[in-house]
Amino acid sequence: MLKQTEGSRAIAEAVALCRPEVICAYPITPQTHIVEGLGEMVKSGALAGCEFINVESEFAALSVAIGASAAGARSYTATASQGILFMAEAVYNAAGLGLPIVMTIGNRAIGAPINIWNDHSDSMALRDAGWIQLYAETNQEAADLHIQAFRLAEELSCPVMVCVDGFILTHAYERIDIPTQAQVDAYLPPFEPVQILDVDDPVSIGAMVGPEAFFEVRYLQHHKQERALALIPQLAAEFAEQFGRAAGGLLRTYRTEDAETIVVVLGSLNGTVKDVVDAMRDNGARIGVLTLCSFRPFPLDAVRAALKHAKRVVVLEKSLAVGLGGMVSDGVRKALSGIVLAGHTVIAGLGGRTITRASLTDLFERAQRGELAQLEFLDLNRDVVDREIARLAARRRAGPTAEAILRGLGTVASSVG
Amino acid sequence: MFQVRIHGRGGQGVVSAAEMLSVAAFDEGRHAQAFPSFGSERMGAPVMAFCRIDDREIRLREPVMNPDALIIQDPTLLHQVDLFSGLPDTGYVLINSSRSFAELGLADFVRPFPPGHVCTVAASELALAHVGRPLPNAALLGAFAAMTGQLGIESVALAIRGRFPGRTGEANVAAARAAHDSVRSRAAEATHA
Repeated sequence: MLKQTEGSRAIAEAVALCRPEVICAYPITPQTHIVEGLGEMVKSGALAGCEFINVESEFAALSVAIGASAAGARSYTATASQGILFMAEAVYNAAGLGLPIVMTIGNRAIGAPINIWNDHSDSMALRDAGWIQLYAETNQEAADLHIQAFRLAEELSCPVMVCVDGFILTHAYERIDIPTQAQVDAYLPPFEPVQILDVDDPVSIGAMVGPEAFFEVRYLQHHKQERALALIPQLAAEFAEQFGRAAGGLLRTYRTEDAETIVVVLGSLNGTVKDVVDAMRDNGARIGVLTLCSFRPFPLDAVRAALKHAKRVVVLEKSLAVGLGGMVSDGVRKALSGIVLAGHTVIAGLGGRTITRASLTDLFERAQRGELAQLEFLDLNRDVVDREIARLAARRRAGPTAEAILRGLGTVASSVG
Repeated sequence: MFQVRIHGRGGQGVVSAAEMLSVAAFDEGRHAQAFPSFGSERMGAPVMAFCRIDDREIRLREPVMNPDALIIQDPTLLHQVDLFSGLPDTGYVLINSSRSFAELGLADFVRPFPPGHVCTVAASELALAHVGRPLPNAALLGAFAAMTGQLGIESVALAIRGRFPGRTGEANVAAARAAHDSVRSRAAEATHA
């Protein structure tokens, strides 16, 4: 049913339609509304056959999900930011054990300095843990990806993260079509585990594995992700057929047919970028967008096919690999191996820094004129940076950086952008 | 696309106002997007929320930098926040106050705006009378509907009832209708004057 609702609420309703049997969660901004919504549905009986377990930490949240999944229950949790770091060990365990848990990440920056706003640092920190990672462009897609995620996870016996931009999506009210239970039931069959802790047919899960077999077990995780490269588009196509709208897939292109400049983006930033691209197209610019939905597995061949005719590629990233630059760019450059074109990494929106049409327009125009460096920082306040570098150089015991910068800026609540 | 920015303080229902506005627009078959200013909100701190209304899908995710309308739930923010940032003098300004723009010291500021585009309404007082609490958001939505013509008062009432079921909802609807009628009748007087 079409309704105007909060992104978090729509995600909770979509997850509920997937008939999870165990939900365990620990609240953290901006994920809280999702698990609150699910908690209410379990309590009211609207979500039947599901146990909601309040746990004492994120480490426990995912550990309980691991136990529940190993016992054969369809299991779900959600977290963000410091929460995913706190459960990092369990994140690897879920993947290493091959347990098809679905977890929502309400994407948020990682401290220090502590910051509750949106960027992709949290899910990116765990990008190589063996989970499939899907990034939602809109709240409609966020809801739809969860339905696909359970199917994908269970077919591969591999955990899936659905990454949803914190606040920008989780707290936005939009028009969202929530499918019916019958539609979801027709798409998502009951969970048939490939391994189960069953007293009548006992197995052990989680053995110590030495050098004789560890390598093979780890390689098989990679093999699963390679299978996912075929399965993700197949499940997206089936979804489109059954639900009447597109969602998911490895990637999507927008106005790239004759594009000289292609912008690569993950998540909700796609919307603003597409508006900018439309405006620039009206003025004759040949520019398009590659929306990356699946970041793990990284669709090297599909990215190569989509970008190979471009003259330049601008990768917009909401996370910074400190000491290197961009993490998405790494994959993009690998995909383009042997193809000569100008490649730019642009770090943007860290810690919730607003990304405006004006800044993006200026950025893309500079890209077209060949003025971009290989690594750029969109709307980084250079004056602030230079002042702080000078201050630190002036005196050994200069004190903490974040606090010094805040003092210099004064009150910031008074500005809009 | 019609873009609204709502300023207020934590606890005044600023975010709820933007959400209800988007629901009312949705009920009229339009596309709408509402979102908060993503702060670590606390009681009394300046808070912003945004609402966009359009006849097609809204993809834009930046904050509302150039509003078509401003709703100011707390006039004490006039001295603290750059409320009018990006507002063209063809836009709309609605302030929750029992005072006039002249009394608020804004006579010169509002002079270039077209007639009917600037309005103060005593929303807190109306809320106190109808709801029993000085929460001005519902009343301001009624006034907004009357001032801008972007929404009908019946969709606003529907959105308010959706958010606040039962008696609280009806009381807030009554406050919204009172604010709506107040703006309407003043507009009518101005036309006849």
